Amino acid sequence: MLTGNGMIRLEKRPQPSKKWTSITPFLAVLATMFVGGIMFWALGQDPIEAIRIIFWDPLFNPQFASYARPQILVKAGPLVLIALGLSLGFRANIWNIGAEGQYIIGAICGAGVGLAFYPSEGWFIFPLMVIAGALGGFLWAMIPAILKIKFNTNEILVSLMLVYVAEKILVSVSLGLMRNPEGGGFPGSRNLQYYKAASNPELISGTGMHWGVLVAIALTCLTYIMLTKHILGFQIKISGQSNKAARFSGTNPSIITAICLGVSGALAGLAGLFEVSGPSGQISIDFNVGYGFTAIIVAFLGRLNPFGILLAGLLMALTYIGGELAQFMLGLPAAAIQAFQGMLLFFLLAGDILTNYRPKFTYKKRL
Amino acid sequence: MDFSSLSPVALLASLMVAATPIMLAAIGELVVEKSGVLNLGVEGMMIVGAVCGFITAVETGSAWFGLLGAALGGILISSIFAFLTQILLANQVASGLALTLFGLGVSAMIGNGYTGIKPPGFNTVHIPLLSDLPFIGPAILSHDPIVYIGILLVILVWYFLNKTKNGLVLRAVGENHDAAHALGYKVIWIRFSAILFGGMCAGLGGAYLSLVRVPQWTEGMTAGAGWIALAIVVFASWKPYRLILGAYLFGGVTIMQLNLQALGVEIGIAYLSMAPYLVTIIVLVMISSNHLRSSANAPGSLGRIFHASQ
Repeated sequence: MLTGNGMIRLEKRPQPSKKWTSITPFLAVLATMFVGGIMFWALGQDPIEAIRIIFWDPLFNPQFASYARPQILVKAGPLVLIALGLSLGFRANIWNIGAEGQYIIGAICGAGVGLAFYPSEGWFIFPLMVIAGALGGFLWAMIPAILKIKFNTNEILVSLMLVYVAEKILVSVSLGLMRNPEGGGFPGSRNLQYYKAASNPELISGTGMHWGVLVAIALTCLTYIMLTKHILGFQIKISGQSNKAARFSGTNPSIITAICLGVSGALAGLAGLFEVSGPSGQISIDFNVGYGFTAIIVAFLGRLNPFGILLAGLLMALTYIGGELAQFMLGLPAAAIQAFQGMLLFFLLAGDILTNYRPKFTYKKRL
Repeated sequence: MDFSSLSPVALLASLMVAATPIMLAAIGELVVEKSGVLNLGVEGMMIVGAVCGFITAVETGSAWFGLLGAALGGILISSIFAFLTQILLANQVASGLALTLFGLGVSAMIGNGYTGIKPPGFNTVHIPLLSDLPFIGPAILSHDPIVYIGILLVILVWYFLNKTKNGLVLRAVGENHDAAHALGYKVIWIRFSAILFGGMCAGLGGAYLSLVRVPQWTEGMTAGAGWIALAIVVFASWKPYRLILGAYLFGGVTIMQLNLQALGVEIGIAYLSMAPYLVTIIVLVMISSNHLRSSANAPGSLGRIFHASQ
């Protein structure tokens, strides 16, 4: 294929093709449905029914839609928030893959502030929690950032290791520091849903819309403006393309590293805070469900473009709900949907060959 | 607290067991990186190896067949990465992450229904006279065979990379793929084979976890071992013999914290169990801060895509 007398040769495009950049995500989804269908068939299921349950029923089945539709925003909110932050770094070749940890720490810090005020009421409590959540995620992400800037330590490994550390902290505080004193000894904090000043309620009943979803939508627009209109967007993009070009343009790589990791940490922390004060309600041992990792897929599927990420987040949320539904209806294992999401990323990356290269069909005569 | 219950013999013995899965996965990744490819999917390949090895061992009743199944599983899943990055020229970082996410999902899926079973084990090696020596015998010379296979594999890799022509070619490909290509070496296929070797080793490492170290199958049981293996390759500055040192260091930290937990040290279990991850970070910082030493041995083309423009 690449050498010799091959029929297809690949020619590198000078610029990634805009057309294929937007087409490949859709192709990847189709390919995933197809191969996923085969996978479900191998598990002894009717593939068409399984795909319908995952992608169609949560939206349109009269029996489930009323429950499932609001859940899509609930799940898409944190995915989009985290993926927006990650996409900045991914553009600049700075790989924060520890968003799961920043999400946990953000939730712990935010909930900690809320619980500290319990049971007093006041309008300022929730805003303080939001600040604490963002700050917690920010500081947790600054650990890999500072180590990278000061010591050139690989941020991929450090941020990932810190996920495990954050999970241990989560277990520790759910059992100790933040345990509900009136919880009968069960692990887990007080439920913030029942503490009005600290809760992040559903804003319009039946939609799943909460403050986190609004913030995600607002930040999607802000990120888009920043990337297209602000010098910082230019500097982030150029850092990813060429280190030298970045330096000539006056970009300080340390500052870009700090901004990319810091912002993605803050956004992951925010996502954690909105989750713990809203849909989840409490700090508990199994509070984190992998949004930080799935957001990596969301960022790529959205092609690192803010509005693309918004769409990708909604789609990925749909597969979560659909996966739960399939679990309930067909008894599919919970992990099947995770494999399904991983497969989606494979197809997307595979499709990128069309974005970056132009296939040339040639006939070479053998001598 | 009574530290006298800690026997140095038992500590050393369990240290070697704890180090083996990481060492196996790391030596595979070392070869992959030496060929110029960064495969961040070690965690995913390990967990697939763990589940494939476990299922094969349970179904056939033989731990050795389990290892074979794990090796095949590791090769199979790494071939996805190889195909994506070498044939379809996809981004290696993203493909590696995808491999880990996919591996975690797919392993949980196929391992569904195998939790709570005890797998068949390996017999421990007994070398006449040597295994009966005081201290050294029980601590070092009476393990299951895989512990020694792991060390042997590291030595073989060292020999291959440094003493054979093919090893030299592999390193050349990793150092400068354009030059190696100009000399007529098949960059893509050399890398492809290296990736499959890495997958096999990671698979074996995973199977060692599920068949010997734990021994059980649970979802996500690798718990970062694959990532620690990646860190150890950096720690070892891509030198096989330092990799043994690195793996034993981490094995030691793991065993110490487990033993301290068992002794009921006041620090609290949650904080003790962070130790392996924190030590990994500290070691990474120490190695990377010494810039000359850390980068001198890094393969020149690591992580770069090779596309023969002609």
